[in-house]
Amino acid sequence: MSDFLAILLQTLLLLALSPLISGCIRNWKAKLQNRRGPRIWQPYFDLVKFLRKDMVISEHASWIFRAMPYVLFTSTLLAGLMMPLVNDSAPLSLFGGVLAFVGLLALGRFFLALGGLDPASSFGGMGSSREMTIAAIAEPALMLAIFTVAITAGSTNLSQMLLAAQGPTWRLLNPAHVLAFAALFIVLLAETGRLPVDNPATHLELTMIHEAMILEYSGRYLALIEWSASVKQLVLMALLVNIFFPVGIATDVGPVALALGLLGFIAKLLVLAGAVVLVETSNAKLRLFRVPDLLSAAFILATLALLSTFLFQ
Amino acid sequence: MELPAPTLLLQIAFCVYGVGAGASLLALRHERIANLVGFGCATLAGLFGIGAGVTALIFGPGDGGGAFALWPPLVPYLQLTIKLDPLSAFFVIIVSFLALAVSVYSFGYVRGFYGRKSVGVLTAFFNTLLLATTLVFTASNAFFFLISWEIMALTAYCLVSFEHEKSGTRNAGVLFFIMSHIGTGCLILGFLLLFQAAGGHSPGGYSFDTFRALGATMSPGRRDAAFLLFLFGFGVKAGIVPLHIWLPEAHPVAPSNASALLSGVLIKTGIYGLTRVLFDFMGTPPNWWGVTILTIGTISAVLGVLYALMEHDLKRLLAYHSIENIGIILMGLGAALMFLHTHHPMLAALALIAGLYHTINHAIFKALLFLGAGAILHATHTRDMEKMGGLIKRMPKTAFFFLIGAVAISALPPLNGFVSEWLTYQSLLQGFGTTNSLVRLMFPLSGAMLALTGALAAACFVKAFGITFLAQPRSEQAAQAHEVSPTMLLGMGLLTAACVFLGLFPTLFLTLLAPVTQQLLGQPLPAYLIQADGWVLGSAKEIGGTVSTLGIALMGICLLPIPLVLRLCFGRRTKVRIGPTWDCGLRGLTPQMEYTATGFSKPIRMIFKALFRPRREVQREYDYSPYFAKTLRFESHIEEAFVTRLYRPLNRTILRLSRRMRALQAGSIQAYLIYIFITLLLLLLFAL
Repeated sequence: MSDFLAILLQTLLLLALSPLISGCIRNWKAKLQNRRGPRIWQPYFDLVKFLRKDMVISEHASWIFRAMPYVLFTSTLLAGLMMPLVNDSAPLSLFGGVLAFVGLLALGRFFLALGGLDPASSFGGMGSSREMTIAAIAEPALMLAIFTVAITAGSTNLSQMLLAAQGPTWRLLNPAHVLAFAALFIVLLAETGRLPVDNPATHLELTMIHEAMILEYSGRYLALIEWSASVKQLVLMALLVNIFFPVGIATDVGPVALALGLLGFIAKLLVLAGAVVLVETSNAKLRLFRVPDLLSAAFILATLALLSTFLFQ
Repeated sequence: MELPAPTLLLQIAFCVYGVGAGASLLALRHERIANLVGFGCATLAGLFGIGAGVTALIFGPGDGGGAFALWPPLVPYLQLTIKLDPLSAFFVIIVSFLALAVSVYSFGYVRGFYGRKSVGVLTAFFNTLLLATTLVFTASNAFFFLISWEIMALTAYCLVSFEHEKSGTRNAGVLFFIMSHIGTGCLILGFLLLFQAAGGHSPGGYSFDTFRALGATMSPGRRDAAFLLFLFGFGVKAGIVPLHIWLPEAHPVAPSNASALLSGVLIKTGIYGLTRVLFDFMGTPPNWWGVTILTIGTISAVLGVLYALMEHDLKRLLAYHSIENIGIILMGLGAALMFLHTHHPMLAALALIAGLYHTINHAIFKALLFLGAGAILHATHTRDMEKMGGLIKRMPKTAFFFLIGAVAISALPPLNGFVSEWLTYQSLLQGFGTTNSLVRLMFPLSGAMLALTGALAAACFVKAFGITFLAQPRSEQAAQAHEVSPTMLLGMGLLTAACVFLGLFPTLFLTLLAPVTQQLLGQPLPAYLIQADGWVLGSAKEIGGTVSTLGIALMGICLLPIPLVLRLCFGRRTKVRIGPTWDCGLRGLTPQMEYTATGFSKPIRMIFKALFRPRREVQREYDYSPYFAKTLRFESHIEEAFVTRLYRPLNRTILRLSRRMRALQAGSIQAYLIYIFITLLLLLLFAL
């Protein structure tokens, strides 16, 4: 029963909190650029509006196009349920650890890219091609950084990794973890389609990646896709803040402890969101073929992280 | 009820394959009968083979450890002995299951050859190939093993060159023939080394039983030489980089049902051989063996998938993916060898299981994808992806089966590819703690390369599925494609069901592997591997990590009502309209404006430019400015670096040397007599 409740609560938290983070990032970015910007609640209104709209579906599209939003939405939520957010155990941690987490995100991306190809538009194909390429070169850096943490924790289970992070041998400024954090931060920018890799605000046809794939989607489907994108951003950010800064995480399941844990979690997320905003405002978008340089830098950082677990053990 | 002995079932399977081959040859002139009898026999024999393998693994091989002689020994040294031990039984299951599914598919598929090619010849070779492969997996002495190996290679050559009217097919066949025989030569030398170490000369000296754990008694130099010979010999068959160049040439040109067998089973004989020799015969390995195999595996995996991405010939693309997957299997085996060296039998068991699980998974999804490619070829008469598109509407069932295969091979949860790669990751991660030397950095780095491979494979199959099945048809043939016959669909359906089963119920299947690890490593399954009454798959340690694909799938279904609830709350009055795709205000999209397979992989081609060295040629004709060209011709071509840098110079050298050698063959009898005399003298001196 408590398992069921935990799953339900975490699902609600993922769905409720993720648009807020997107809203904050958008609002703060505007502030830094001397614009007034949309309210931080704007993503919620957008989602409701999308849900109320009629849909136009391409005449060339097949059932893949219609199934994609559901697959993406469920797989992203499943990945989110494997991530410990507020307290130190994730509801689905028995069903899979960090490998299943990455796998589920990849499943969503696989269908997202197919959905981009389905309506026969060249924009969709271009977006799919670029998304899969960037994901492919980001993957080794992501995995290697995660392995570095998993090796110190002795487990690929995210809850176990969190427990190890709270253990006595944990040091905040462990060089391995600093380097791995830096690598994962770059991967976070690439995976969530942020500047300097992709511009989430652009609709300039030749530069967009994520937006190009979902160009043919509208209404309810678009709501599901946008929502999945924010949930994905939230869980990736949670991976960074909870595994590397395991402070303020609730260790028991009393209501007070959980409320404090939630506050701590949101505070850490907002700090990370602030960092993302700073990077986005101070950097220009890279040319597509310069992105591999950035991601190989992430890979090298992750390799150094691994080497330093060997040197400083 | 008394179950029949596995050896009896296996004997029946051998007989039925034999009958199938013979009857097909008798019915050469009656193609319908040849089809029915030939593939009927193969289907039946496949069923018996599965029965033999499964009963041998569950209830033990029966009397005498599953050993029997196929034929009384007539010639000394040549004993046709068979032994169905757990490792053999596991591989017999793989070959028999594919025999079953591919034969069912073939009933419909070979109708395309009626009146064009001899179906009887095809079915005869098909049955012989299956018979020879099953014999390779079960033969229990080196002589018989090599004979079966050779029959298998020759029948495979005949199947590859089945459509020999095309010159490309003939060249591919010859390349396969040459590479395969170089490999066999190395195997013969390797077995001779073992024979010598066993103190041979007795008729039983070639038996695998005398080779068992022989490595411990050999001198290190000979042992390493034997390792290298076997690695080369079996590596050619498995298609490891850089011995792989025949594979992408030979597998695509065979008829698609044969391609499925070649990529699904035949290259696994190399894996079987390596497992048999390294884990059964060689004793505790030195560290560099494991390091070599892990490195070769990693390189094969990454290069295989990178070259696959550059292909727009659907069957060549799949053939390159076989190289990638052999690499993943070898990563498991290499890690297992390294654990054996450091005396961690439990981790070795985990890594070996990962490799073997990926072996059966790859056999199943690769066969499924090749059969899917065959169905497309049957319907559109082309292998070129640039001429396909929109097939999902014309061939919906084939599209569904191909999609399942694509998800499985891309290692996405919850299907079987994910499970075996998960096990591989686990063994690589646990391996970090087994040693203190710098070698341990290899494990996570190989893990990172495995991640790169998985992500590139996903990109490749988005391309393969998306360009082939989605969007608008790009050619007339694709627009007029039709769904294939029910037997072909049934064959693909069987393999799809196996993909789903092996994905969702890994723990059920893993219990079958327990006798194999017991036999090879003397180690039962790691205790934490199967948790929560078989619902959850674990690692080798208590907290090492868990995964439950079934749990993920069920939970996914539980989450599906959320979008429906949202729709009920907010969008009850929304309507769905079908409209044209956004075309930037032009007058409608044409198939020419769609993204192509070559375009899809362009970013990857650019990023890995140093590796691919693409040759491109652009010719423009224009009047005033190059921006307003009247005609434009674009050509882009990629040749493998191994072919241009390694094989072509080697080939030239060999030809030059042979031209020199021709001087010896002057055509005068006297000269030849002198050669014979000198040889005799040298031999006599050598013997003294």
